[in-house]
Amino acid sequence: MCRPGVLAAAVLLGGTVALAQSPKFGVGRTPTEDDTRALGIMVAPDGTGLPAGSGTAVEGKEVFAARCASCHGQKGEGGDGPPLVGGKGTLATPVPKKTVGSYWPYATTVWDYVNRAMPFNQPGTLSHDEVYAVAAYVLFLNDIVGEKQVLNAKSLPLVKMPNRDGFVSDPRPDVPPRRSE
Amino acid sequence: MKRRRVLQLGAALGGGLLARKEVSARELGKPLGPYGQRSPFEKGVRWTRESKTPEAGSSFTPLAESHGILTPSSLHYERHHAGIPNIDPARHRLVIQGMVERPLLLTVDDIKRLPSMSRILLMECGGNSGSEWATTTGPTVQRSHGLASCSEWTGVPLRLLLEEVGVRSGAAWLIAEGADAGRMQRSLPLAKAMDDMILAYGQNGEALRPEQGYPLRLVVPGWEGATHVKWLQRIVVAAEPYQSRDETSKYTDLMPDGKARQFTFPMEAKSVITYPSGGQTLPGPGLYELTGLAWSGRGRVERVDVTTDGGRSWRQARLQEPVLRLAFARFRLAWQWDGREATIASRCVDETGYVQPSREALIAVRGVNSGFHYNGIKLWKVSANGNVTNV
Repeated sequence: MCRPGVLAAAVLLGGTVALAQSPKFGVGRTPTEDDTRALGIMVAPDGTGLPAGSGTAVEGKEVFAARCASCHGQKGEGGDGPPLVGGKGTLATPVPKKTVGSYWPYATTVWDYVNRAMPFNQPGTLSHDEVYAVAAYVLFLNDIVGEKQVLNAKSLPLVKMPNRDGFVSDPRPDVPPRRSE
Repeated sequence: MKRRRVLQLGAALGGGLLARKEVSARELGKPLGPYGQRSPFEKGVRWTRESKTPEAGSSFTPLAESHGILTPSSLHYERHHAGIPNIDPARHRLVIQGMVERPLLLTVDDIKRLPSMSRILLMECGGNSGSEWATTTGPTVQRSHGLASCSEWTGVPLRLLLEEVGVRSGAAWLIAEGADAGRMQRSLPLAKAMDDMILAYGQNGEALRPEQGYPLRLVVPGWEGATHVKWLQRIVVAAEPYQSRDETSKYTDLMPDGKARQFTFPMEAKSVITYPSGGQTLPGPGLYELTGLAWSGRGRVERVDVTTDGGRSWRQARLQEPVLRLAFARFRLAWQWDGREATIASRCVDETGYVQPSREALIAVRGVNSGFHYNGIKLWKVSANGNVTNV
């Protein structure tokens, strides 16, 4: 209700100071764009949150070799870190191999997770272009995108992952209670 | 020094009576101190696997050494995905934004000003007892069940803050994010937040420990531990889940048909005997108090049954009062051990009528590759020599 007024005030003050407090308890203030940006990027499956920038597997191969391969192997086969490649067709077998290619349902999650948490010991140090490139390379290694296919905020959410329909909702309680003895 | 001189004096005087009196003199204890430590004779510690990346992993509560229903904060299990951040509460901020009328940025002091509440609640990692899916199961109760703990949590009902920001119609999920290096993120149904989620800053009467999310964490009563996002820095209100790595690649349950269950939040009814349990030794035949812990992420523990004959007969154990919803329940039962080999186990029934299943019953439905949410009955074997081992 008071939102338009607050916005106007924020605009008048150059967008850096916004003073709206919560209505009942009067705490806090309206976060600025800088506040939100400082927290980091969050990506939704429809691509909301993806920043400008782009990358291809060709570019990603180099970044991957320099920043990822020491844990995940040169071709994403795994090492101290989990394998990122392979496992297609294994999910219903006694030895399932869950990788980005065989298990992950959304390509946007690859970008989001690499950006927020990788490399493990230096998260937040890859540029947006590098994250697009690494995501493209990992997807290329899994035969999901072409080597020269450009991934950006528009194309990434359109990438269909092989296991996109592999998830179901929680059916529990699913194990019938034992008859009391 | 002083005492020895007194003794010598006593001896020199040749007074046997006097010497005996001096020997019973007691040394003065340690002085008062600013911060308490446990007795040096107490050795229970969290157990953790050797790892090249100890910043990402878990440490297990020594349940066999615990009494009652509370876990000391110093022994509460840990699960981190990118290490423990060192956060100055004066600089920490929580932002609530997304599908809300009034996005809000709060300091920790802002949050502490709001009406608060405390609640004793269990917390269990979705991967607790993951070792029990395999044929070789955990050798001690710490290793098999130690990713579960119980604390009193203090904070603000999240509902209160969501009412302050004004959730817009169409919103159905919250995306919660931590301030750790990997910005751990989980999507959670808005309905649960409006029901009983807590924005917590206190645990067991003190501030949260750094490894428990200092200065702010979510507490999501009864739901898998990873939803209790630590070092909370942001809540985004959204129409759909964000499908983060830790709710797709991890914490999903792969079924034998190759499909995986997602958003399997509540931890189902479970129990385990902590004494006697794996790795312990009974000194000999006699009367013992058998004890353990039971819990359910769907409500109150209604009953715990115990078998000491491998499941042929069950006896109802006594529950420590009060039995709290979504908290550990302590059960106890007198047991006359005749010195012969015995297989013992407990079975929890919760207020919904759900009965903790056997391992076989679980596997018959879910196979052995689901990895998470194991709640099967745990058997311990007491050998004739008193040694207790896993079965």
